[in-house]
Amino acid sequence: MHLPVQLTWLIPALPAAAAAMIAVVPARRPGLGAGLALAALAGSLLLAVLALGGALADPAARLTHTFTWFAVGHGAIRLGWLLDPLGTLLAVMVAAVGLLIFTFSLGYLRDDPRAKQFFCFLSLFAGAMLGLLLANSLLLLFVCWELVGLASYLLIGFWFQRPAAAQAARKAFITTRIGDLGLLLGLVWLQDSTGTLLLFDGGRGVLEAEALGSLAGATTVGGLAVSTAIGLLLFCGAAGKSGQVPLHVWLPDAMEGPTPVSALIHAATMVAAGVFLVARVFPLLAADLALPHAPVHALSVVATVGAVTALFGAAVAVAQDDIKRVLAFSTVSQLGYMMLAAGTGAWTAAIFHLLTHACFKALLFLGAGSVIHATHHEQDIRRLGGLRGRLPVTGATFAVGMMALAGVPFLFSGFWSKEAILHAAHGWAISPLPFLVALAAVALTAFYMTRLLAEVFAGAPRGHGAETAHESPAVMTVPLVVLALASVGLGFLGTPWWPWLQRTLDPTFKAEAGGAGLMAVSIALVAAGILAGWARYGRHPRSDARAPDPLARSVPRLHRALAARLGCDELYAATLGRLNAALAAAANALDRSVWDGCVRLLARLGAYAGLVSRETDEEVLNGGFNAAGDGLRASGRAYARTQTGDAHGYVWMLAAGFVLLALAVLLGGAR
Amino acid sequence: MSPLQACLLFSSALFSLGLIAVLVRSNAILVLLGVELMLNAANLNFIAFWRYGPAPAEGHGVVFVVFALAVAAAEAAVGLALVIALHRHQRNVRLGDARRLHG
Repeated sequence: MHLPVQLTWLIPALPAAAAAMIAVVPARRPGLGAGLALAALAGSLLLAVLALGGALADPAARLTHTFTWFAVGHGAIRLGWLLDPLGTLLAVMVAAVGLLIFTFSLGYLRDDPRAKQFFCFLSLFAGAMLGLLLANSLLLLFVCWELVGLASYLLIGFWFQRPAAAQAARKAFITTRIGDLGLLLGLVWLQDSTGTLLLFDGGRGVLEAEALGSLAGATTVGGLAVSTAIGLLLFCGAAGKSGQVPLHVWLPDAMEGPTPVSALIHAATMVAAGVFLVARVFPLLAADLALPHAPVHALSVVATVGAVTALFGAAVAVAQDDIKRVLAFSTVSQLGYMMLAAGTGAWTAAIFHLLTHACFKALLFLGAGSVIHATHHEQDIRRLGGLRGRLPVTGATFAVGMMALAGVPFLFSGFWSKEAILHAAHGWAISPLPFLVALAAVALTAFYMTRLLAEVFAGAPRGHGAETAHESPAVMTVPLVVLALASVGLGFLGTPWWPWLQRTLDPTFKAEAGGAGLMAVSIALVAAGILAGWARYGRHPRSDARAPDPLARSVPRLHRALAARLGCDELYAATLGRLNAALAAAANALDRSVWDGCVRLLARLGAYAGLVSRETDEEVLNGGFNAAGDGLRASGRAYARTQTGDAHGYVWMLAAGFVLLALAVLLGGAR
Repeated sequence: MSPLQACLLFSSALFSLGLIAVLVRSNAILVLLGVELMLNAANLNFIAFWRYGPAPAEGHGVVFVVFALAVAAAEAAVGLALVIALHRHQRNVRLGDARRLHG
């Protein structure tokens, strides 16, 4: 049984409708809201699985359903749904991971009085995210794109009473908006040059040969092909959403939100939307590869940004002390990997890593949430430690996630997807640099994850929270176990010997042999990273929370720079922030001096005229008018009583007057 | 019932909902919301009379509505700024408390 493509709208509509219903559910029944959210998402998961079955039955066929949104003038804006392996596979992933995280949230937010709103926002997010994945129109995709941004803003600022959370929410919203401006400009340009925003439309869509040929054939400023320029604009949006350098600054701060949110939105799904967008419009980005004299290829930019981000995130993660921030920078780094893969042409490897990363990073974040929940909101790894025996399930599953992320060979999914990416980077003809950068990031990843695991779970407790920790309830540990199983199993969908996933996503995919040497190098780097991490942090765990980090003792200046995140936030505050403040000050000064001066001049002229007029008044006219004035004053006082100042009263009178008038007209008509 | 009648009934219901919100709500933001509802009921009438009127092929109704939407957006901006100013003055946004302009 397959889902008819006309009914695709049901998949995003179910959670969206649940969000609307939860909004009006009484707040004193939080269980009802959570139940609605879970039921709707489970329904979406079922439908998404059916849709995936239909898409897998014939991977090359693209099921589309297009409809007209509105028609104005000679054109019409058409939207549509698309069922292909890429979208449906990710939709199943989003719904499945989302369901596990919704379940986890039941335990995590049990005592929060605003749990109802939480599930409302989460459902809104799930609906928008599913719509984003299944849209056949870039416009529909953009609408959902902004909706997930809104849900992300609401959820980062869920505890808006804390100034840091409110600030982080604003920062996330504004930073991603900068990227989205590029995306919007790209869409407008695309609509202008092709006349449509549909992806596939029986030969007339923007991703089909006719449109791609005309876009790559036309050139614009600087000799860029139009397809390159539009592709780069679209990539701006992807970079903002996926936390690529230089727009990464919002993602670590987004950890102010509740931990299930960090797991779902800022690790597994929404931040991967940028990678998804790049994979979705890949034919457009790759259209300029055939041009011999292009000044720059869109994909080269994607690969470069991805490589820089991968190394930057991994390096900064080494020196963070907050458990969630380590994971956040790790997410930045892994998203860089995905962009790197897409940029080197292997978008199937990017999606493979996206899927495995979604599982093990959601697992790691939920594990961190379980730790935070068990230790009464202790997030500083310097005050944790020794949790191995106290949180056995969390510890074991966290270790699975850590090994998957670090790329421990053969059993864990992260190894296979990372291997696919390294293979693609190795085969990139343009430059060997991204490959070398990716190798360095492999070793760093193994190092910082070993550090995190050792600091949190090994040694002895170094704080009150860690000493009194108890394992979280089953509603939180069961999702961890499920995700741990997925983190192991998913890797076998894309091994070099049986690249089922790559072939399904891209029927033209050809497996290349000869990766054994490369695999040996990456295994050696992973081993080196883990051993180095163990030697510094695992063998002699620090004794108390105030003991300095071993890395800070051996390379203090580097450690300080990394701990300060290489000063990106400070740089932005010193340049963009100050520019904004200067513009505001200039506007203020202009307002106060020039415009205020004009107003004051007028006022002074008026005052002079008034002086003259008063003299004549007092001398000449006063006597006669005093009497009239007294009369007016008396009547004015009487009328003033009707001016109650109460806006509601006025509106009531307005409404009453209207009713009287209407009655008069009606009765007059009858006579 | 013709579609025009259905539209008009729906927009009257929307208008009444908005009017009720304006009349009985004490929170200034919710009153603003009510005003927006009433505006949109009027917009709906524009669209309905245009669509089922004598010249549905021409874009008159849409143009009216686009203008009305633009004005409504400006009005919302001014209204919310007023609400913020109100909040600065009296630390709440209850309309009943804002009667300093009484005679």
